[in-house]
Amino acid sequence: MTTDPSQVQLTADGRLKHFLTTEGLSRELLTEILDTADSFISTQERDVKKVPLLRGKTVVNLFFENSTRTRSTFELAAKRLSADILNLDIAKSATAKGETLMDTLWNLEAMYSDMFVVRHADSGAAHFIAEHVTPNVAIINAGDGRHAHPTQAMLDMLTIRRHQGSIEGKIVAIVGDILHSRVARSQIHALRTLGAAEIRVIGPGTLLPRDIEALGCKAYYRMEDGLKDCDVIIMLRLQKERMQNALLPSEGEFFKLYGLTEEKLTYAKPDAIVMHPGPINRGVEIESNVADGPQSVILNQVSYGIAVRMAVMAMAMSGQQQERNELAEQNIEQNNEHNNEPDQEEA
Amino acid sequence: MHLPDIEQTCTELGQRLAAYLQQNHIEQPLLVGIRTGGVWIAERLQQQLQTEDGVSTLDISFYRDDFTRHGLHPQVMGSELPDSIEDRHIILIDDVVMSGRTIRAAMNELFDYGRPASISLVCLLDIGRRELPIQPDLCGVRLELEEGQLVKLSGPQPLQLTLS
Repeated sequence: MTTDPSQVQLTADGRLKHFLTTEGLSRELLTEILDTADSFISTQERDVKKVPLLRGKTVVNLFFENSTRTRSTFELAAKRLSADILNLDIAKSATAKGETLMDTLWNLEAMYSDMFVVRHADSGAAHFIAEHVTPNVAIINAGDGRHAHPTQAMLDMLTIRRHQGSIEGKIVAIVGDILHSRVARSQIHALRTLGAAEIRVIGPGTLLPRDIEALGCKAYYRMEDGLKDCDVIIMLRLQKERMQNALLPSEGEFFKLYGLTEEKLTYAKPDAIVMHPGPINRGVEIESNVADGPQSVILNQVSYGIAVRMAVMAMAMSGQQQERNELAEQNIEQNNEHNNEPDQEEA
Repeated sequence: MHLPDIEQTCTELGQRLAAYLQQNHIEQPLLVGIRTGGVWIAERLQQQLQTEDGVSTLDISFYRDDFTRHGLHPQVMGSELPDSIEDRHIILIDDVVMSGRTIRAAMNELFDYGRPASISLVCLLDIGRRELPIQPDLCGVRLELEEGQLVKLSGPQPLQLTLS
């Protein structure tokens, strides 16, 4: 039986010990992540970018799915926290030789790993590992299937907060393939908790989930309507494989209707910011003039990504360590009690 | 236990710091307060000495050696230092010096910003119980506390000492 992932990721006193999803986390905790990340941005601007927080800890990047940006920013984040990091290209290694996922993980745990950064094509993979496989290793979800991509969502929240002052009261539009997007799902939960005034999703009906209104979003099918008065526009990457499933007529058609051009950008507020989780398909979901334009904060997102990942890794490691210490203390107490018991044979 | 008068202690500490700077030929000191109490004391000293740069602040949360035991401080506020501390004479200021671990962490952090010409340590109170070979160059008052007793500075307006 699996429990609520938002609870699995917390210690008994409500601190982070894994980071699996933004869903169900309190506003205070999400704000704490953003505040901590803000402090890490200042350390990133120094000549020496490292801080010694995770010195001696071992972090393993476990990417069962390809990724360049997320994997390398996690790697940099771990290095800047002074942790040792191991990058495993799982697709090419053990599992390809027939070893099960669980055996791979138990082997890595036996190497005294402290944290796994997991990306997997199956929804719920990180949660499963945290709850059933290696609960004493801090698990950071770097994207699981269509479910969640919480660090991406939090770096987006940080971007909005730094460029628009706050998230509270802002109108945010997410554009494109919402149906298959774990990024969108995590963003929506975080935006709601942090008090966005309105969350809009814009896209063709085939790419919007049916239950989207239940998540607190308004659905729009035309950019002109959806972008009106927006403070923040988040473009999602159009995954080309969707085209093969006949969910979309063609790239050209999609760009015409939903591609962000300078003209469509004028529907939003004049100081609206344009975001994209990357990698961008120029000319498919976004025009180059907009991607490179003055309202684009796409590259800032990448820089903030390191700070957010440092924050989440430091917080989860600290919660995890706290639990390990408590466990060790309990074991000592139990051993003492056991040793003090009168010997059966002698008695 | 009789606690010292803060205003008077700060004023005297400021006078002694002025003399210390003169004696050591430090013309442009950089006052760095350790969050949170150290910053309040640094601000008091800055008002009195009117040093050229304002007070810089150091948040040592990312440098603590007890992180794995106590975790991250819930409110990390970050450090604010000038672009370069290279070859600067730093006056590191804290409210209470005890084990010396905070000062060690602070010095580690400072060296990640650059190579200062010197660091001098100034504190309002020294309550002993040192665990590292670190001693203040100037200290307002030395207090002998009873075992298990701690002293805490609250502020910034007014600055107040309480025993716990």
